[in-house]
Amino acid sequence: MKLSVHIKVLALLLSVGVFAGCSTTGENMDDGGYDSDVAAIDQDGGSTVYGGDDQGGISSSSMTEEQRMEAQQQAEQDALREITTFYFDFDTSEIKPEARDVLVAHARYLSSNPRQKVRLEGHGDERGSKEYNLALGERRANAVQRFLIVNGVSRGQMETVSYGEEKPAVMGSSESAWAQNRRVQLEFE
Amino acid sequence: MNHKISFRPSRALFAAVALMLFTASSVQAELLIRVTEGADSAIPVSVVPFAENGSMPAGDKVSSIVQADLAMSGEFRPLAPEKMLSLPSARADVYFRDWRLLGQRYVLVGELTRNGDRVQARYELFDVNREERILGETAAAPASNMRSLAHHISDKVYEAITGVQGAFSTKLAYVTLEITNGKRRYRLQVSDIDGKRASVRLESKEPILSPAWSPDGTKLAYVSFETDKPVIFVHELSSGKRIKLADFPGLNSAPAWSPDGQSLLMTLSKDGNAEIYQMNVQSRKVTKLTNHWAIDTEAAWDSSGEGIFFTSDRSGGPQIYYMSKPGAEPRRITFGSRYNARPRPDSQGNYVYYVHQRERAFNIARTKLDNGEETVLTRTESDESPSVSPNGRMLIYATKSNGESVLTVISADGGAAYSLPASEGDVRDPAWGPIVR
Repeated sequence: MKLSVHIKVLALLLSVGVFAGCSTTGENMDDGGYDSDVAAIDQDGGSTVYGGDDQGGISSSSMTEEQRMEAQQQAEQDALREITTFYFDFDTSEIKPEARDVLVAHARYLSSNPRQKVRLEGHGDERGSKEYNLALGERRANAVQRFLIVNGVSRGQMETVSYGEEKPAVMGSSESAWAQNRRVQLEFE
Repeated sequence: MNHKISFRPSRALFAAVALMLFTASSVQAELLIRVTEGADSAIPVSVVPFAENGSMPAGDKVSSIVQADLAMSGEFRPLAPEKMLSLPSARADVYFRDWRLLGQRYVLVGELTRNGDRVQARYELFDVNREERILGETAAAPASNMRSLAHHISDKVYEAITGVQGAFSTKLAYVTLEITNGKRRYRLQVSDIDGKRASVRLESKEPILSPAWSPDGTKLAYVSFETDKPVIFVHELSSGKRIKLADFPGLNSAPAWSPDGQSLLMTLSKDGNAEIYQMNVQSRKVTKLTNHWAIDTEAAWDSSGEGIFFTSDRSGGPQIYYMSKPGAEPRRITFGSRYNARPRPDSQGNYVYYVHQRERAFNIARTKLDNGEETVLTRTESDESPSVSPNGRMLIYATKSNGESVLTVISADGGAAYSLPASEGDVRDPAWGPIVR
């Protein structure tokens, strides 16, 4: 269910990307300021990827196929990065296959923004012993950290902490609550 | 309300507690006691209400507290005073035939005498079958401290009958959590083992866990997240003075005192992975005792003070291991399930207690150390944090009851139980304090 939300976000961003043409960020799209100089300057300023020679108001048809692909990829990556919580099975610290693309997107973003810091918070569910869960939470955070390092993020950008079972995302003692509590959260500073 | 603070806390603490009583007395989590089960083998004993000379302080009667203590241990079945045929307070008035008729094995009688601001107790314990006095003593305490006097008498009675030192005068440490309007309040508390006389020693909006008593009962070590990461503190109870003992990068957790109080075992991950270290409290020098890619944590000294039990998942899942001396090759102790963690040995060298997964439930189990025999002691769903009483006869652990976290005390063979729910919120992470001379 979470995934479908993100597919919608992705679709939205893709459509925005196409209509926005030169805008690389898609941030100022809904201010509708085509007749405003300020907005135009903003858009210009934000279009560095496409080169400073463009005069604004470029239509989507004038993008090269390459540019279009790039914008699409960027939007995809941005959408993936909306996901910042990664779940684990009971008593494991293995990153699930479905988390990989998302983590790669975070890794690309972090390695191209070397001043961006991120805190990796490891958590466990309430079952079993507290101190073991504290160590397990750390191992989960470390697993994510290693994945990000392998994908180009510098260690200095990251900090890990484990809260064990002390800070559940969801209260309650059900399979579903436990599954949502066994997690690593990326907290961007 | 049972907020009497009668064991000389620091002035600051007293002020803090007084303030809390003033501003938030309904918020203060207090432990209740609920005796849920008694063992079939419990010994019938009569605690006759003590005679009183002079005015006695308000509150629970000394003999009622003694009776409750004995019942709570699960080893005794006290007779309700209204069923007694007479209420003697000295040997001359004890008719053994009457007590035999009531099926009683032991009878405790006594009297209290007020002397200024002190109360003196004279008490005698009789063996009904042998028609013999097996204990006769006097003890005195300030009138403000009748609970300590009662627990002292309970200890003496327990020892006279079982031959084992009583643990009714010992203390519990535990952590309560209250969430109001989304705000979390963790409180490290110390109380009597019946949950009475609770006092808050530390309050934080970040988690506090793993309290551990120093062997002389004067200090607690614990893990606090007050700096947004797990850090080990040592807290002197009389003064409230705290020192930050271990604050390395990564985990600083699972503190456990050595029997001589000079060092602590702890889990650190400063070298990248959770390993067990020993730190000298004075010099702060650390020695690494395990070295494995797996998680090694939850260390505790054995009864001899030579070997160390700990949890490791080096076999794939968490299991209990034992090192015969610090740094020795670990030997696996538990095999009965895929999840066994958090070992706590008794101080008699007979058993090690731990969290044990049985199908979907997490229970407390123990293994007999001489033959490896394992017994599951509890039957609830999510039991954790076992801690053994210093005389090895009782065990406290944290569990869930109707969605709230409570503490439960059982006899060490699993036969009897009482629970200590907090009046508000959750209570967890119990640690049974030592017998203090």
